[in-house]
Amino acid sequence: MANKVTTITADPSLRKNAETRSASFIKAVSAVVWKDLQAEFRSRELFSAMLVFSLLIILIFNFALELDIKMRQSVTAGVLWATFAFAGTLGLNRSMAIEKDRGCLDGLLLAPVDRSAIYFGKVISNLAFMLIVELIVLPVYSVLYSINLFQPGLLLVILLGSIGYVAVGTLLSAMSVQTRTRDILLPILLFPVVIPVILAAVKASSGIIEGAEWADIMMPINLLIAYDIIFTAVAFMVFDSVVEE
Amino acid sequence: MQAKPITLKILDLVSIILLVISAYLALVYAPREVVMGDVQRVFYFHIGTAWTALLGFILAALFSVVYLINKDLKWDRLQVAAIEVSLVFFLITIVLGSIWARPAWNTWWTWDPRLTTAAVTELIYVAYFMLRQGIDDPDRRARFGAVYALVGGISAPITFFAIRFFRTIHPVVIGGANAEAEGGFAMTADMRVAFFFALFAFTVLFVDLFWNRIRLGDLQDRVEQLKLKVSM
Repeated sequence: MANKVTTITADPSLRKNAETRSASFIKAVSAVVWKDLQAEFRSRELFSAMLVFSLLIILIFNFALELDIKMRQSVTAGVLWATFAFAGTLGLNRSMAIEKDRGCLDGLLLAPVDRSAIYFGKVISNLAFMLIVELIVLPVYSVLYSINLFQPGLLLVILLGSIGYVAVGTLLSAMSVQTRTRDILLPILLFPVVIPVILAAVKASSGIIEGAEWADIMMPINLLIAYDIIFTAVAFMVFDSVVEE
Repeated sequence: MQAKPITLKILDLVSIILLVISAYLALVYAPREVVMGDVQRVFYFHIGTAWTALLGFILAALFSVVYLINKDLKWDRLQVAAIEVSLVFFLITIVLGSIWARPAWNTWWTWDPRLTTAAVTELIYVAYFMLRQGIDDPDRRARFGAVYALVGGISAPITFFAIRFFRTIHPVVIGGANAEAEGGFAMTADMRVAFFFALFAFTVLFVDLFWNRIRLGDLQDRVEQLKLKVSM
């Protein structure tokens, strides 16, 4: 067995083949990402909708929860993650619906690249939109409620939480756009499945905002990492069956 | 018209009889629990339905893996049958649990790991049926159903462990560590008889309903094919 492995890695043509394959995979992923970013840069419809929606949700929470100084410390993490979750579905829905409406998805599927490259491309561009919105919401929230949210730990939690959310969300939105009840279905499919992400992210974020011990915060962060890995792997394996015609 | 297999008919009858005996054992034969009183008798059916529902959900996740590998619609029908029966059983579990919790915990509901996970799991599989309803093409419906059942089946246990971890870190849980106060109790020999019999009866009932539902799925399939033939 060991002998076989060495011969495979030693064979220059095979290794070159593997290298060109991974290079073309990365090229395909970045092509999908670039296409999405460029289309968004021209229209800005997805980004602006997500951003305005997030700000409106924060406004609603302000009235719904009476966010006075005492309340702020304890509920900020919850408000932030509820905002991100709602705004996220808006973005995910739109990003896949555009592909479906203009027949773009069929074009992508016809391209001679690995299907998972399309999945990772969509995940990265969705993640980019979500992170940009979050990076604008954070300072706005900080200013509105005079609470400092620019802490490296919190940014890490937001990154990890968004990765898990988008990894599952992209897979499920690829399914929901192909159904009859497309717009209303995504949150119903997505929310019960991403509850571990929301739970862990809220725990970790509120721990960081309240200045808890690092050991207490590590638990939810580890959970987020585990969730991200598990669901990226699962989505990677099953994405083929979701887009297959 | 395909006649109902004789084994299935017998199984129908057996599961009804077992259910009646199990009800007798739970309601009459088992002794009255000292602290909680008669409401504790809910427990036998509560565990019986919970165990079979979880069995069905686990089976469904396995079926979806098999379906995604070999794309045979037979596995899809098995999966739908398992999830549909389990969904109903799990709802019964939750309702029975609530009935018990009202006198035992003095509340219908608490956000304890098991209860929360039960609610989330129930919602996942309701979403599963909403997803299937929105798709006409049988192959696509089966593929999407399998993917979602797999994702949901992995996510539900993570939810459970996530909630449990956090509750142990923050010891402000309702009840605390005292099992007596939470409504725990030691079973007597009579109670054990009723308990294991309920487990057995509900397992047989589950198999019976599962089989009936699979048969229904096959018939549905045939009706759809015949309709297609007529319209062509």
